[in-house]
Amino acid sequence: MHRVSRSAGRAPDAGDRAARRAARRAQGGPSLRARLRRDRVMLLLVLPGFLFFVVFHYVPLLGNVIVFQDYQPYLGFKDSPWVGLGNFAVFAEPDFYRALLNTLKFAVLQLVLFFPAPIGLALLLNSIISPKIKRFVQSVVYLPHFIGWVILISISQQLIGGTGLLPQLLGELGLPRVDLMTSSGFFPWLVTLQLIWKDAGWGTIIYLAALLNIDTEHYEAAAIDGADRWRRLWHVTLPGIVPVTLLLLILNLGSILSVGFEQILLQRDAVGADAAEVLDTYVYFHGVLDGQWGPAAAVGLVKGVIGLVLILGANKLAHRFGHEGIYSR
Amino acid sequence: MKTSQRPPWMEAPTKAGLAIKGMVIAIVCLLVLYPFVNIVATSLAGESEITRRGGIIALFPSEPTLAAYKTIFAGGVVSHALLVSAGITIIGTALNLVVTIALAYGLSRPIVGGRFVLTAVLFTMLFGAGIIPNFLLIKALGLYDSYASLIVPGLVSAFNFLVLRNFFQNIPAELLDSARIDGAGDLAILLRIVLPLSKAVLAVVALFYAVGHWNAFFNALLYLSDTGKWPLPLVLRLYVLQGQPVGGGTESPGEAVASIQAVQMAVVVVALVPILCVYPFLQRYFTKGVLTGAIKG
Repeated sequence: MHRVSRSAGRAPDAGDRAARRAARRAQGGPSLRARLRRDRVMLLLVLPGFLFFVVFHYVPLLGNVIVFQDYQPYLGFKDSPWVGLGNFAVFAEPDFYRALLNTLKFAVLQLVLFFPAPIGLALLLNSIISPKIKRFVQSVVYLPHFIGWVILISISQQLIGGTGLLPQLLGELGLPRVDLMTSSGFFPWLVTLQLIWKDAGWGTIIYLAALLNIDTEHYEAAAIDGADRWRRLWHVTLPGIVPVTLLLLILNLGSILSVGFEQILLQRDAVGADAAEVLDTYVYFHGVLDGQWGPAAAVGLVKGVIGLVLILGANKLAHRFGHEGIYSR
Repeated sequence: MKTSQRPPWMEAPTKAGLAIKGMVIAIVCLLVLYPFVNIVATSLAGESEITRRGGIIALFPSEPTLAAYKTIFAGGVVSHALLVSAGITIIGTALNLVVTIALAYGLSRPIVGGRFVLTAVLFTMLFGAGIIPNFLLIKALGLYDSYASLIVPGLVSAFNFLVLRNFFQNIPAELLDSARIDGAGDLAILLRIVLPLSKAVLAVVALFYAVGHWNAFFNALLYLSDTGKWPLPLVLRLYVLQGQPVGGGTESPGEAVASIQAVQMAVVVVALVPILCVYPFLQRYFTKGVLTGAIKG
């Protein structure tokens, strides 16, 4: 698994590339024109996908110029007045702070409760000895990953919403009928629990692969040395999944400010904006719906930059501690 | 569990340990599966039973009825949304596969400029432009309010691209070389050797794309103002989460009316069925390690 796209993730090193080019020239390798002719079919195949990434991922990056504009749709990019850093005044507004604080609250809860869930579940799955039972449980826990948020929230509505199963059961037991779907205090927990239901099982895939990669001889040697199952877990199993855990942690950091956008947007009406406004919903409501294009885009851009900085910073940190991170240099 | 499956150095499990583990596993499975049972049961329940039991149909209704399904298909809105979603899913997935396969195959060998393109693709996994620039782009391209706006913006997923490219790279070079010696060109190698060897991974990638289209919610909300073009997830939200009555009062008075709750759950079931039908056939590939390869990157 580690072998995979290590080369893919590595940014081409400039010195390395120059050296290769020099070597090729020294050997009298094919000229650029000859290589273009040799690769023409491959290049044609790459073209549509490359154009897609240019138009739908890189052109919108340029669209971020509107963070310096008082953008008006009928004026367009060219004629909308420039306002310098004026749009960044949005970062002093209470609405923005509410969204930021909520986002951080969701992010911390997800990091603490959701992130470890697949590790625990993977250890449980890994401890099932019978392959048949293991395969069955795996196919059960992977399933919710494929259920879209609209369906998933409809299901939660039916099970724990006001007229749903849980309040009815509580009522029959003589307990107060709580509606967990409209409680703003419970909302952060609700979001995290829904996320665990949907993706904890799916998240086990990569940990299970890492667990399979641990050499059984280590277990055998540890057992012979008298280590019981818990000591083997601590000294053999857990060290075996540390690299993967770090890798996923780094990747998660990059999207940490994108806490469940669709999931939260869909439930914002039920619990109110005070509990459910996060940065992404802020951008959607203030920008697309209210037409404050410039300020909303500024929030979106800063969020993206923070994500990038976090992922690169965490990666650097991982290197410093001697781990591989998402790419090696 | 037979003892032969346990390696000799592992101690025999204690009875209490086994019981606890079994119970935890059973609870996990129940937590995942029971909601589906409840949804289907409620969608089949008659109005009187739902009223009498306060909406709890635990396992199966005593007098199952298809009234809820008749109501949703009589309205026409759900059937139309179903058609839209099916069309988007089929056409979208086909286009996704063609472009992704071409890109992944093209970049699976060292070619001129390949590194540059690869870096450009991978960088998009770290940094996205954001909702507003994407929205403005769709408007500027004239794709707003078109079905194409549900397909084109997600034409290639960088993740699926990595899964495919990684798989293509691991195909033994001797196979490709011998074909080349026999005179096959790059395209012929892709069609005759690479693709037939990649059925499992293609199935998984197709499933990812298809499920993405089937569940597409936010792009549709963002790019479609014409409610007549709405795919199923938006209609589902309207009926179930926003509580809009299904059918809009078209049913004639006196006709047996299904309970609102049953109708809502029937829409959920309709949205779920295709996923539940396809899933069992494809899930066995997940564990074959076709995915874990590409996570790194």
